[in-house]
Amino acid sequence: MNTWIAIGLTVLGCYAVKLAGLLVPAGAMERPLVRRLAALLPVALLAALTAQQTFADGHALVLDARAAGLGAAAVALVLRAPFLLVVAAAVVVTAGVRAIGG
Amino acid sequence: MSAEGTAKPDAAVVRDALGVGVAVGLSGFAFGVTSAGSGLGLLQTCALSLLVFTGASQFALVGALAAGGSPFTAAAGAFFLGVRNAFYGLRLSQLLAVPRALRPFAAQWVIDETTAVTLAQPTRRAARIGFTVTGLSLYLLWNLTTLLGALGAKAIGDTDAWGLDAAGPAVFLALLAPMLKTRTERAVAGLAVLLGLGLLPVLPAGVPVLVAALAAPVALFVEGRRIGRTRRSAPDGTEEGR
Repeated sequence: MNTWIAIGLTVLGCYAVKLAGLLVPAGAMERPLVRRLAALLPVALLAALTAQQTFADGHALVLDARAAGLGAAAVALVLRAPFLLVVAAAVVVTAGVRAIGG
Repeated sequence: MSAEGTAKPDAAVVRDALGVGVAVGLSGFAFGVTSAGSGLGLLQTCALSLLVFTGASQFALVGALAAGGSPFTAAAGAFFLGVRNAFYGLRLSQLLAVPRALRPFAAQWVIDETTAVTLAQPTRRAARIGFTVTGLSLYLLWNLTTLLGALGAKAIGDTDAWGLDAAGPAVFLALLAPMLKTRTERAVAGLAVLLGLGLLPVLPAGVPVLVAALAAPVALFVEGRRIGRTRRSAPDGTEEGR
């Protein structure tokens, strides 16, 4: 049930902001500070999520195969690999390190 | 940008749009697997891709739920990630001039990829084709591969053994990397990582990410003060550091 509540809230919230962008008159959100904040908010969230989903195990911080996978993804990004290849690199390297027993 | 720039062949626009739509659409597979691996049911996983349809928010939601976060903190994290779509919509509504009756439908396709393709088009006609083809191909594929991924996860069993728990953070990193253009963005990312990891042991699941979002207004405040200071006093060049 909790999962459905979370899904319902996310569906409503995410659709509402998408629609708001198309409906709201241009002037309302064009203030430089608001635009700047909207651009920086995803940076903060994505950075925190990347770090947590790489190094968190419940409430503990751990260094395991995922870190190696993310390292591979970072290298792929520096080499300008396409999106799918970046994700694949992370998955394959993580699986490989686990198989070896890291 | 303008309504009448240099014309671009429709076929070229369709090709560009399909390239993005197919490549990103296929990564719905990673979402399906991750979501199923996080304990969500088939129906729940597919509902997210059909109705939320903005990848970062979907990954964030299932990740937060898997970590034991409350439905409200999990949804809040996903929502704040989706807020950027409002600003995409603002740009797109000027470029596409979507008829009022179509806006509720077009809204569901206002995401990173459709915006990137649409903004790159020289004319309104090309922008409309780019938006529609990217949106349609991405929506169909993303939902199809989500279903396949969720079904596949059941067949695979232990998704962690296949390294699939690294797909979520890799998606986040791939979305984040092109945003780290200036020192302010890098400072925000660094501060958010410190807050997100540092608070993890002491706050309930899902909350540290929301606190980490405060890195954005903090950085803007610091940036604003620095600009104010350099304007007021003559810069002596020694305060370049951080």
